[in-house]
Amino acid sequence: MRRYLTCLIVLAALAGCQTDSRDQVLATSKSQIELRSIQTRAFDTQDKEQTLRTVMATLQDLNFVIDKADAVLGTVSGTKLDGYQMRMTVTVRPRGESQLLVRANAQYNIYPVEDPEPYQQFFAALERSMFLTAQNVD
Amino acid sequence: MLKTFINLPLIIAVVTSLALSACQETIPKEALQLSPKSLEQRQAQTRRFQTAAEASLLSASAAVLQDLGFNIDEGESALGVIVGSKDRDATEAGQVAGAVVMAILFGVATPVDDKQKIRASIVTRPQEDENGWTAVRITFQRVVWNTNGQVSRSEALTEPELYQEFFSKLSKSVFLEAHEI
Repeated sequence: MRRYLTCLIVLAALAGCQTDSRDQVLATSKSQIELRSIQTRAFDTQDKEQTLRTVMATLQDLNFVIDKADAVLGTVSGTKLDGYQMRMTVTVRPRGESQLLVRANAQYNIYPVEDPEPYQQFFAALERSMFLTAQNVD
Repeated sequence: MLKTFINLPLIIAVVTSLALSACQETIPKEALQLSPKSLEQRQAQTRRFQTAAEASLLSASAAVLQDLGFNIDEGESALGVIVGSKDRDATEAGQVAGAVVMAILFGVATPVDDKQKIRASIVTRPQEDENGWTAVRITFQRVVWNTNGQVSRSEALTEPELYQEFFSKLSKSVFLEAHEI
């Protein structure tokens, strides 16, 4: 009887976990629109290079080491190690005639970061270095 | 005592289910928060050079990384970025001595630090407030693996001495390159 109970508990716990790890390839916990709005802010500037440089300075302030940067694509990636591994990619692209869109996405160890708070913190730090307001995008 | 023994599978089941319920991890609150120490760290990791030649400063920095045995992994001169890394031994005598004592006294094998990967990124930036000056900021980090192949440490390297030494080497490199030595 106890053996059955043991099996049952383990199975119940497993029910919440994945059955096919390939599902992770396209998995997200939030909708595409929701995720974009959490991860994106608009800034009133057209200077892509300066924005990318400021993004890197902000990442360095947050203790990241830069992994890659590409001025043409407008992407910067970095890694932070502090007992955990956090990877972050930030992209900068034009929005209309007078703005730039800055989008960040991060992973924490082997998990995606999909909560709004960490991104709010990141953009708050970026805002301070940019001397510009980070505007929400809908 | 006997009762506990009988209950062992049940205990294991409960512990496993608890562990599995933590399938999703949450990130530490301070992960992306500017810390009060960030200004101090920025100062330790940054030096300004009286030159507008960002590309030359970047190549002088790359040369210092090579002097220190780093291999260059990435570079983007348009944004003033160089990334380098090196793989090195991470064995420490103290740890090994401890492991030997453990093995003799208790007959257990304790893993000790074995290998490490050290990474550095250098970012140069022309100073907007002062024409003709360029700032260089370098940050180091490392991952250490133990003899079981597990990550035993992953950390940013923040010792000020490390940065002082790097920049004294960079100053020399800038001088050598200016004189084409």
